[in-house]
Amino acid sequence: MAKSAAATATRTWSDVKSPRKVVISEGLWLRCPSCEQMIYRKQMESNLHCCPECQHHFRIGAAERIRQLTDPGTFEAMFTNLRPSDPLKFKDLKTYAERITAEQVKSEATDACQAGVGFIKGRQAMLAVLDLNFMMGSMGSVVGEIITRAIETAQERELPLIVVSASGGARMQESGLSLMQMAKTSAALARFDRAGGLFISVLTDPTTGGVTASFAMLGDLIFAEPKALIGFAGPRVIQQTIRQELPEGFQRSEYIQDTGFVDRVVSRHNLRTEIARVIDFTGK
Amino acid sequence: MLLSMSTFYQLDFEKPITDLERQIEGLEADIRRASIPAPVATPADDAPTAPATPALPTLPPVDVNELAQRVEELRALRNKTLEEIYTQLNPWQTVRVARHPKRPQTRDYIDAFCKDFTELHGDRRFGDDPAIVTGFARIGPHRVMIVGHQKGRTTQEKLACHFGCAHPEGYRKALLKMKLAEKLKLPIVTFVDTQGAYPGVGAEQRGQAEAIAFNLREMSLIRTPIVSIIIGEGGSGGALGIAIADRVAMMRNAWYSVISPEGCAAILWKQANEQTNSQAAKALNLTAADNMRLKIVDAVVEEPVGGAHREPAAAAKNLEAYILRTIPELKALDPDTLVNQRYDRFRALGSFIELPS
Ligand SMILES: [Zn+2]
Repeated sequence: MAKSAAATATRTWSDVKSPRKVVISEGLWLRCPSCEQMIYRKQMESNLHCCPECQHHFRIGAAERIRQLTDPGTFEAMFTNLRPSDPLKFKDLKTYAERITAEQVKSEATDACQAGVGFIKGRQAMLAVLDLNFMMGSMGSVVGEIITRAIETAQERELPLIVVSASGGARMQESGLSLMQMAKTSAALARFDRAGGLFISVLTDPTTGGVTASFAMLGDLIFAEPKALIGFAGPRVIQQTIRQELPEGFQRSEYIQDTGFVDRVVSRHNLRTEIARVIDFTGK
Repeated sequence: MLLSMSTFYQLDFEKPITDLERQIEGLEADIRRASIPAPVATPADDAPTAPATPALPTLPPVDVNELAQRVEELRALRNKTLEEIYTQLNPWQTVRVARHPKRPQTRDYIDAFCKDFTELHGDRRFGDDPAIVTGFARIGPHRVMIVGHQKGRTTQEKLACHFGCAHPEGYRKALLKMKLAEKLKLPIVTFVDTQGAYPGVGAEQRGQAEAIAFNLREMSLIRTPIVSIIIGEGGSGGALGIAIADRVAMMRNAWYSVISPEGCAAILWKQANEQTNSQAAKALNLTAADNMRLKIVDAVVEEPVGGAHREPAAAAKNLEAYILRTIPELKALDPDTLVNQRYDRFRALGSFIELPS
């Protein structure tokens, strides 16, 4: 019934995890989840973390994304002094405080967003990147604050703003405060928009929930990496609601372009070029 | 399924109340029976030919006054118990009160205190989503635009409204009417009551995320006063999509959170059941008091003892009073100040540690 589905009407983490278990071992070889070929890890990594056989885009964290997008040595990290607090003393099967520590150790990041000013093919830009390696890129107060400061900085310095999203959505462990980050970032974008700022939103696999329903969908231009899962509700929740098979390619970048919510599907190899071209064209 | 059980909906924690009410009803029936003159007794008892069957024990004479006094005592006890239960509701119990099928919805509040309501339909893009009701109305001396989630009362209405879970066209309709209100310099009053935006194929195809995101962005710039009240359920982005306001209030037994307790339990506790839902509801800090403490809401609108579903008229009165005292405060501000203060309100929300850089 509609009710039971509505009760879980937001995304779930299992929705945004890869359907097939990709155990990325530390071995020299790994199996591509898309073409199922055994591929040489180094070759995949040197191919911008794409499968050398089928160009399947492997998920990457914020540090790797920044390395790929910016000209070497030009990125200056900002807002690195923000740390998650645990305002609700949240506890499920684990405490949020424990999770934060474990995720910080695992990801070597302090929270799920990195931002700073850098150059992309010689064009200066304000860049913010969500980090899947930290709690599935979920947005709590720190992520919302960094995105908002990035928007404000872009406005002050008259820089184009580029946000690369990869997120399971709003972070449950900060509950209402996470929800308010959707409002905060969107309101900051309203000012940036009216001030004439250029915002390029890049959606990568996966971008769902409260991140999609706030800044990620507010780009003047919205780019998406091929075959990225992009949506508000997760596919599993939708399937529980409608109890039918989902359409072919549903909630994938190409489908979202067809339904009118993505400007361009851009492969990782062309991302720098396309961003630089738009910055040039718009004169920002 | 809670929402479909409208007729037999009973909250387990209200059992002491229903038990007392049943006792009161029983005694009242006794009183009525006692006030009917008893049939004239026949002298059969004295008959020597009486059979061996034992005589029925004669009922003690009914003292109506004593019964009436007992009823009064039970009533007092019932009221006291009701108050005790409702002042100590735990978060999961609050969620269930917020979902009570008799709880007043947007259209009930419109009927209760909005005069000359003129409903306006449609988003001029795709269709008309009945899960969001919009229209002109008067509240006291104020001409306003009403925007509110509607869950539906009858089965047919509930299905049409998707139980208050709006589609993108609902959010676009809401914004279109709010932009109209801005042009006409009308304050906007929104009533939030949803478990979340509708998760379906059509909703995704028509851009559910974009519709909500666009509302968040554009509502932050609307140059007329906006007052939002979470009247029942405030579930996630679907609630926030019409709740970017100068003042956000919650009814005492409403909930407001990033996700429903069941959704949270299913993910973080790996299963949703009474126990985990209850734990999730507590962890999510979703009550009116919690949201006040986090500064997510600015005010709590009290409900009558025992919840808005017991006395909808009293709940409506409190809500109307809140709106009537809030609109003039906001009307007093010039549009620039209004919009800047709204920005600052949301800009300040969040909790993090800032190390010296
Ligand atoms: Zn491959």
